[in-house]
Amino acid sequence: MMSVFPSTAAAKKASRGSPSAAAAPKSRGQRAAYLFIAPLGIGFAVFYFWPLLQTFYYSFTEFGAFGGHTWIGTDNYVRVLKDVTVWQALGNTLIYCVIGLLALPLAIFVAALLNRRGLRGVSVYRALYFIPFVTLPVAVGLVWNWLYNGDYGLINEVLEWFGADRRYWVSDPSTAVYAIGTVMVWSTTGYYLIIFMAGIKGIPQDYYEAAELDGAGPLRRFFTITLPLLSPTIFFASIICMINSLQTFDLIYIMMAEKNPAIGDTQSVVSLFYKWAFVENAQGAAAALAFLLMLIIAALTLVQFRLQKRWVHYA
Amino acid sequence: MRESSPRRRINARRINAGSVATHAALSLGALVMVFPFLWQLLTAAKSLAETAKVPPTFLPDTWNWSSFEEVFTALPFRDMLFNSVFNTVGRTVGQLVFCSLAAYAFARMQFRGRNVLFALFLSVLMVPSSLLVLPQYDIIQRLGLLNSAPALFLPGMFSAFGTFMLRQFFLTLPKELEEAARIDGAGSFRIFWSIMLPLVRPALAALAVITAMWSWNDLLWPLIVNTDPQKMPISAGLTSLEGQFETNYPVMMAGSLIASLPMLIVYVFLQRHFVQSVALSGSKS
Repeated sequence: MMSVFPSTAAAKKASRGSPSAAAAPKSRGQRAAYLFIAPLGIGFAVFYFWPLLQTFYYSFTEFGAFGGHTWIGTDNYVRVLKDVTVWQALGNTLIYCVIGLLALPLAIFVAALLNRRGLRGVSVYRALYFIPFVTLPVAVGLVWNWLYNGDYGLINEVLEWFGADRRYWVSDPSTAVYAIGTVMVWSTTGYYLIIFMAGIKGIPQDYYEAAELDGAGPLRRFFTITLPLLSPTIFFASIICMINSLQTFDLIYIMMAEKNPAIGDTQSVVSLFYKWAFVENAQGAAAALAFLLMLIIAALTLVQFRLQKRWVHYA
Repeated sequence: MRESSPRRRINARRINAGSVATHAALSLGALVMVFPFLWQLLTAAKSLAETAKVPPTFLPDTWNWSSFEEVFTALPFRDMLFNSVFNTVGRTVGQLVFCSLAAYAFARMQFRGRNVLFALFLSVLMVPSSLLVLPQYDIIQRLGLLNSAPALFLPGMFSAFGTFMLRQFFLTLPKELEEAARIDGAGSFRIFWSIMLPLVRPALAALAVITAMWSWNDLLWPLIVNTDPQKMPISAGLTSLEGQFETNYPVMMAGSLIASLPMLIVYVFLQRHFVQSVALSGSKS
């Protein structure tokens, strides 16, 4: 933590040297600093810190039919833990998380290919892979729904050439969650690709040259140089990926119509939260559910940090 | 010399074979990435009847661009695009102003409680957004701003990520510049505005570009605060097409193509800043 503020100690020492001379401008400087921070601070207070406390309060209340919150103790938490749909949503969310993480090996593989010396068109490839990430999620969801369509969809058509059966990918409870997960991987790979390309660029080229002189082939170089030296970046990316996929909402909302028979099998924690809070007006229970999600995110992040020592190499 | 030249030729040939394979793999991947958009364009140009054909046709029988006009009558499409622009500009300008001010103070000024405040601000990064939307909705409602333009961008104008990113940049600037300016009699704000801010322009550009993208694409918050179609941004507005026109795929595809276009154009022109902002968020923490 100390290194985060490298100038603090030096500045303290300097101001101690000439207390009387520094006093007046320093207090004026202090006031200026608070003025610089105030706009953001007020915004955070109103839209982040206060709402956090509010949600915590809401989670112990019941939202009445005519507005207003009544204190009901821990009932919401009991309801959340006893509700089958919550456990189902949790299970789905973990599936999204695991599928979502598949974007990482894909991105590493592409980044390693792009790292090839003298390869042309690197920026073109990078641009093409990144496009799905920049595109409006609604556009992504709509076109994939169309590709997945059971009657007229292109995916079924292609699979039929190979003798596979036609499927209703997004309304079949056994495939819907994977269909959505696939789109997630497709749309995020480009983002991680850029992170990994930046990470790989930081690996000194001499290592590769030395390994090549020793007769190490491309695979060997990948596993003994690229992967270990990239591990801090992989660690960071896996945390981001996990946190984001635990909050999956957009694609589910866009791809699953309300009457879809597979809706329960694809609902994530956040989409269930949305339904409770803004469709069913169960604000208290929704708040409790949101806190549960936060605890899960915090716990899993902590576990990742703990496991870090086993596989992350800092040069 | 004479000995090494054949070997070099073999090496060159091996590199060629290798790079052909590399290009083949990369192109295949790129095709998978881009194909859905191509399919979107082809579908938008088909007639409604043709989209229901089994097996699906690849190219339209006759190219029909009327879907691109129809989407403007099927939805308040123009209003929605305008709302998206408003939302995007509001959030981006807000973040640039508020985050750069605070980031500068955290990076370059001495004051009591700096570390505590900075840690507190950073803690916002760790809170899932769903935890905040219920009370945020209440606040917007109490301010009488539901179904208004400011409702879309108000909370999004304040960002911990932006503050953190800009602070990292301000930290790298040399101290001498500030000291020289102060001796010349410049005040804190003057130093910030005319000396330090221009120096972090690359970071500001990167933040602007990534904020614009998040704002244009944001879905959950607009769905909550603006339920009147006239007041929705396009990200939320397009979702209602699905319910209304369950089978009108050409119109849906045309609408989502038009709505994606602004960000794609921004991306093509400002690619460097996109890449920079992603790489920054990846390596500096």
